[in-house]
Amino acid sequence: MDLKYLFKPSTMAVVGVSTSQDNHPANVIYNKNHLRYPVKTFPVNPKGGILNRETLYPSVGNIKEDIDMAVIAVRAEYVPKVVEQCIQKGVAGAVIISGGFAEAGNLKLQQRLVDMAKEASFPFVGPNCLGIYAPDHVDTFFLPGERIIRPDRGNVGFVSQSGGVLVDQMVKFAGQGIGVSLAVSIGNKACIKETDMLDWFDQDPETKVIAFYIEGFEKKEGRKFIKRVEHCSKPVVVFKAGKTKKGIEAVSSHTASLAGNYRVFSEIMKQYCVAEADSEYELTSFCEALSCYPKGIKGNVGIISLSGGHGVIAADACELYGISLPEIEKETMNTIKDKLSPEIRNIVSLANPLDLTGSSVDSDIVTSARHLSRDTNIDCILALLIPYSPGVSADIGAKLSQVARNEGKPMIAYVPNEDKYKIIIEGFELNNIPVASSVEGAVMMAKALVRCRPC
Amino acid sequence: MLKKDSKKILEKSKSLGWVLEPDAKALMKLQGLDIPDFILTNSFEIADLFLKACDGPVVAKAVSKKILHKTEHDAVVTGIFSSDHLKTEMTRLQKLDGCENILVEHMVKGLEIIIGAKNDFQFGPVIVFGIGGTSVEIYNDTAIRMAPIKPEDVFSMTQSLKAKEIITGYRGRAGVNMEILAHLMVKFSNLIMELENDIESVDLNPVICTKDGCVIADARIILQTS
Repeated sequence: MDLKYLFKPSTMAVVGVSTSQDNHPANVIYNKNHLRYPVKTFPVNPKGGILNRETLYPSVGNIKEDIDMAVIAVRAEYVPKVVEQCIQKGVAGAVIISGGFAEAGNLKLQQRLVDMAKEASFPFVGPNCLGIYAPDHVDTFFLPGERIIRPDRGNVGFVSQSGGVLVDQMVKFAGQGIGVSLAVSIGNKACIKETDMLDWFDQDPETKVIAFYIEGFEKKEGRKFIKRVEHCSKPVVVFKAGKTKKGIEAVSSHTASLAGNYRVFSEIMKQYCVAEADSEYELTSFCEALSCYPKGIKGNVGIISLSGGHGVIAADACELYGISLPEIEKETMNTIKDKLSPEIRNIVSLANPLDLTGSSVDSDIVTSARHLSRDTNIDCILALLIPYSPGVSADIGAKLSQVARNEGKPMIAYVPNEDKYKIIIEGFELNNIPVASSVEGAVMMAKALVRCRPC
Repeated sequence: MLKKDSKKILEKSKSLGWVLEPDAKALMKLQGLDIPDFILTNSFEIADLFLKACDGPVVAKAVSKKILHKTEHDAVVTGIFSSDHLKTEMTRLQKLDGCENILVEHMVKGLEIIIGAKNDFQFGPVIVFGIGGTSVEIYNDTAIRMAPIKPEDVFSMTQSLKAKEIITGYRGRAGVNMEILAHLMVKFSNLIMELENDIESVDLNPVICTKDGCVIADARIILQTS
């Protein structure tokens, strides 16, 4: 199955556009793509008619141009007919928004779609889904543009069984400045499943991290997924729902998929170095960290802080997540001490965490980061930057990024997520250094690097 | 490929839905895994000869198609040193529901571990490993990997256990022979892959491990119901 035209369409038909209901999913999808995206969009309704002074096409077959992708948002029982028309027209794939299939007990109707698609090599996303969002290109979410917060174009590929979780995650990504290459809500995943998405993202040059929200796999599908992961060249993040008994009940009634024994899932993810996020916050942190550092670390972290308290909070979080804080070599400590400003030389705590105190200035932080990076016991630096003291300049982000790039060891920063400190945050992020908005978030990022370490 | 004898064992156990301990152990032995010296008999005289020939105590177990979980039926007696003890227990075991035979085997001492397998709905065969014995469910200190596993997986599984030091050795006590354990588990996982379409789950519990080796002291195979 070639998914290129489905995920990167130049032309798109939206089937089901209504002449009477402005809020119909097909109308929302047609309007936003027609007005705001470069994809050339055609409205289709079997009854024809006119919407906003445009004539609706009675069928995709009536459109003269070649159609790369069709969004189908008609009642479930009409979907097979529309799919048949798409296949006849030579459309290269579809997003089937419509619900009323396996999730509602209509397994036969869904199977009919699968059989038709298989015979014609016609890939489709869904049914019962939101479809795809590719920033600046195409958006099949039937949510009005003004209601959602969208992340920018970036390098995270995201796949979700749940449309709601997908949209919510988009908001979180946007809040953290994480961009996506493509987000796909696969819904009932009748045709395109997680494994297909893994293959797509693995070869997609715009994607650096592949993240999944998974409720459950079908029979032996987990094994297939893992077999693909084994040969995937990019870090893979998963967030699993349906871990508890109640959660599993909710999942079963929600998407018609069976959640299996969670421990088996979690242990196998570990076995194959898939970074399993334990919460939606971790999912966000993991994606950001792994988009900067795909290779992973052993988990020997060196912490630089400007306050004793932040160092202790980070050390506690490290302990909790199984990340170790090795002792710093004597030589490293001596070198750092020699180069520190005389004012702080005798008040700093030369250990791990390394507390430079609120009296430190940029050069103290930069020197410490440089020499800590050179310590062979350390494979990752956490820089906890509270920019409240006068010695810390607005350039500290850019300066530390240069150190990280020069020394070649992953660095993760914590900077409070406030507009006032944007210049520091961007100093890091524009240089591909991840920034967390909490101390714990920074430690979570280190955890991501540990979890995806090649075994 | 599964040996002919192994196939025969599975075939004859199908109607029961699980494989009796002696047959399950025979299957493991065919795969080249160690089991204790044993005899299967209803004659006290033969059992007594076996006890006398043994250098140490024996274990006696009732073999019954009606007893899947032996401990719950008091169908296992460990630490039998004397002929009298053996006689009393054999008589008692023979009265248990459905008892066909008494399995008398050499009692091996060492650390009890569990090596198990489960045919998972989402992932297919997986291997479970942890501290064994009758309280495994209580502690649930186990590691799980998708089969087939590699020797490295056995080391990482051990490292992920809370009780890892009990296996690797602590306070001057010798640990388990990790090479033999890894070898055993890799072979076991290969067997499980071959039995993928036949089995539901397998318990090797306990496997008795010492610095010199690993012996499967009990085995239970639950077959798939088709």
